[in-house]
Amino acid sequence: MPKSDSLQGSLDLLVLKILSRRARLHGYAIMSAIQNMSGEVLRVEEGSLYPALHRMEEAGWIRAEWITKDSGKRARMYELTAAGRKQLGTEESRWQAVTSAINRVLREA
Amino acid sequence: MPLWSRLANFLRGDRLNREIDEEFQSHIEEAIEHGRDPAEARKAFGSALRHREESRDIRLVAWLESLRADAVFGWRQLNKTRVTSLAAILSLALAIGACTSAFRLIDALLLRPLPVANAERLYDLSRQGIGPDNKPQTFDGWAYPDFQLMRAAVANQAELIAVSYAEPIDLTYKSDEETESAYLQCVSGWMFPTLGIRPALGRVFTENDDLMPGGHPYAVLSHDYWTHRFGQDPGVIGRTFRLGNTIYEITGVAEAPFTGTEPGTIVDIFVPIMMHPGVTRKDWTWHRTLFMPKPGALENDRAALESIRQKLQATSRAFEEERAKGFLGMRKEDIDHFLNQTLLLLPAATGVSSLQSETRRPLEILGVLVALVLLIACANVANLMTAQASARAREMAVRVSIGGGRWRLVQLVLLQSAWLALLAAVLGGLFAWWSGPFVVSMINPPDNPARLLLPADWRVLSFGLALALGVTLLFGLAPALRASSVNPVSGLKGGEDPHSRRRLMHALIAVQVAFCFLVLFVAGLFVTTFKRLSNQPTGFSADRLLVLDTVAKQPQSLEFWEQVAERLQSVQGVEKVALADEPLLGGGSWNNFISVNGAPPNGILSYMRAVSPGWLETMKVPLIDGRDFLPSDAHPGAALVNETFAKVYFDGLDPVGKTFDLSFDEGVRLRYQIVGLVGDVRYKSLREPILPQLYVPFHSVDATGATVKKTNGTLLVRTSLSSPLVLASTLRQEVSQARSEFRVSRIRRQLEINESHTVRERLLATLALFFAIVALLIAGVGLYGVLHYSVLQRRREIGIRIAVGAQAGGIARLVTMDVFSMVLFGAAAGVGLGMVSIRFIESLFYQVKATDLQMLALPALTILGGALLAALPAVIRAVRIDPVTMLRAE
Repeated sequence: MPKSDSLQGSLDLLVLKILSRRARLHGYAIMSAIQNMSGEVLRVEEGSLYPALHRMEEAGWIRAEWITKDSGKRARMYELTAAGRKQLGTEESRWQAVTSAINRVLREA
Repeated sequence: MPLWSRLANFLRGDRLNREIDEEFQSHIEEAIEHGRDPAEARKAFGSALRHREESRDIRLVAWLESLRADAVFGWRQLNKTRVTSLAAILSLALAIGACTSAFRLIDALLLRPLPVANAERLYDLSRQGIGPDNKPQTFDGWAYPDFQLMRAAVANQAELIAVSYAEPIDLTYKSDEETESAYLQCVSGWMFPTLGIRPALGRVFTENDDLMPGGHPYAVLSHDYWTHRFGQDPGVIGRTFRLGNTIYEITGVAEAPFTGTEPGTIVDIFVPIMMHPGVTRKDWTWHRTLFMPKPGALENDRAALESIRQKLQATSRAFEEERAKGFLGMRKEDIDHFLNQTLLLLPAATGVSSLQSETRRPLEILGVLVALVLLIACANVANLMTAQASARAREMAVRVSIGGGRWRLVQLVLLQSAWLALLAAVLGGLFAWWSGPFVVSMINPPDNPARLLLPADWRVLSFGLALALGVTLLFGLAPALRASSVNPVSGLKGGEDPHSRRRLMHALIAVQVAFCFLVLFVAGLFVTTFKRLSNQPTGFSADRLLVLDTVAKQPQSLEFWEQVAERLQSVQGVEKVALADEPLLGGGSWNNFISVNGAPPNGILSYMRAVSPGWLETMKVPLIDGRDFLPSDAHPGAALVNETFAKVYFDGLDPVGKTFDLSFDEGVRLRYQIVGLVGDVRYKSLREPILPQLYVPFHSVDATGATVKKTNGTLLVRTSLSSPLVLASTLRQEVSQARSEFRVSRIRRQLEINESHTVRERLLATLALFFAIVALLIAGVGLYGVLHYSVLQRRREIGIRIAVGAQAGGIARLVTMDVFSMVLFGAAAGVGLGMVSIRFIESLFYQVKATDLQMLALPALTILGGALLAALPAVIRAVRIDPVTMLRAE
């Protein structure tokens, strides 16, 4: 299993993408979403996810908000900001560029 | 992370921590809901969270808990790197121990107030003026009649107390054969009530015990003496002892902590000052004068104190002016210098003693040296901690990223430092406990076992604790703050710029080397001073020479003194015996001004000594011209003079056969004829320039021509034995058997007397050398640690270099170059430091110049050698790196 952040910025990209599809998720939901949608191939560890969320919040790409759940406990929900949406675009195109470059190498080598 | 948000995080750290906790908590619950194993879900966040979670609501408990956890963690960290930790602890222990020990000594001697009431209001009266050698001098000796006038003059405002210089005396509780030695101090009777010293037993003196000269043969024992001599026997009151020709009766024991007014001497017996033979003499300055303002009006009032001082000065000056009328043969300017002395009130809360004034500078210097050693040790530990911290950068990064508060990280690293400091402090304390008394034993001249109370009480304890705390902060705070400011992203990616860390370590190496150089440099100067001073030619031979201080019950005629000397001459193992008033270098001095051909004296004093025929041969002082004394020569009349005397008074011409005059009190002028010219000897000290010396016959006659009888004399015995003291008891017996009136009060080797003049130098040299070795050792360990670390860090690079064919020499250069340039830089800084600081201690040197190339080269070479040695293991390690294993391992 590949390490989640073995490729520069891939974790950011995954989180941003998931938040762009489904607004307001908490950390655990983001983690399971990545796991489910990658067909159990990608697994994000808590030790990587929360620092990443923290960093992206500092960078202004996502914002967090406390909500009260039905159980009365509070949970922290994340959603994409406008800046985040723009960043997602950048990251996506960068990803495309990188993967197609790699593919080209694989084909021609 | 930008600075502002870091700051903001720090300020709202607590809330942030709570929120992070809450978020993690909800994460865990969610995970459990989705069927994950609860334990495993928690584990994902590490133990820190678990601890916090368990005791979240009780903040203090949480903090204590975290403290405990960090302490345990710190301990494990130390254990993980056992060798480095041990090196750090030992070097720190040595430094802390040395510091505490130095403090103990300085505190006991210089800082601790006397255990008397109102010690802070005690002053010592002293006079400052221009001495006969035209140099400023201060002296705190007084004549008792002068004291009495001064006491009467300020009776309403202050109390004056006379205390003699404490000295060892011989006394006996039974017969003369069983004399023992004790420290005696003559004190004003009213000292006890004035200083609030109560009796532990019997009664202490009052004003009424000090009325008539020689009229109060009573004694008060110190508690210490009562304990070790009499086992606290209450029956001691009323017992008598004989001292000289007087029988004293013990009236009481002073309460425990008071042992006299001289730190460094524990007085055994106090007697009233009126019992001193000098109380009626106007020309003997033999006691100190302590001053205490009366309670009330004067407290802390400088103006009032100044007015008293002026009154005292005026009184004393009037006394001396009266006395100066009898000064004949003294130059007017010398008399003026003498009269124009300024009276000083010097604070004496800590007591006054010659040990204090003699060792103040050396102790201060040792204090500084020891502090430097401590700084070197701190730099060392800081370096080792920094190296460790780099290995923990990842750990720190994870801690920060999962929300570990920065304070918490500081605490974590500081606690590890605290462990180091604590262990070092305990070890250091043991070291100090042992070394304090050891150093005191070194200050003492061997035959004069002065004692210093070295209590290990709260003062020393709190100093030690403050030191440990300060040290923790000093070497722990920088790495702690550094660790806590780790940037999680770069930290997790593989560490921040490794060079920044190395730069810090290199700077610390330079600092260490600079300090180390300074310590070595100063040590070298002191060692050379000691060597030069003790190799100083004395002009006589001290080998196998015994000095017998001898007393007689009543004044005895010369004939009897000679009988005793002759008796000793026949003892097996004795080569030659002579008589003198006092030994050379024994401390006593007798001097006078000389006038040649009736001309006024030139202001240069001549030292005098009274010696018997044969003294020259016994002392092995060369006779250059003329003859030795004959039995028929007498004082006044014949004289021997030394070469300096001939130079000063006879322009270097042969003075044999010439005459000169000496002036004595009451205008008596006596004429002497020079019968012999002899070599210069060291008379009073090893340092001062040689003064003119003259010898008169031991045989002296009074104005009518009758022989003067003498009570005191010194027998000088040249033996054929390499350890002459084995003859001591035989000689003692022989003296008393020759004439029962005579008794030897003290036997010393002349060598011992000579050595007592280099005690301070020996102390400084030995301790400075010890600290230099410690400093070198610690700095060496530090250097080794840094190089070791840098090789570890660069092993990949080195591996590649070796793989592409770098030579061993190249690798060695690569590894050591930075550090060695730091060593050179540090040494250069050390030279600068040395040149600046040497100015403050120059007065303690003897025939040594700080700018001597040799004095600079030696420490520099030593440090360089030490550095090479310390670098060797790391270089070998670097050269031996196997590129294949290395590159594969990474």
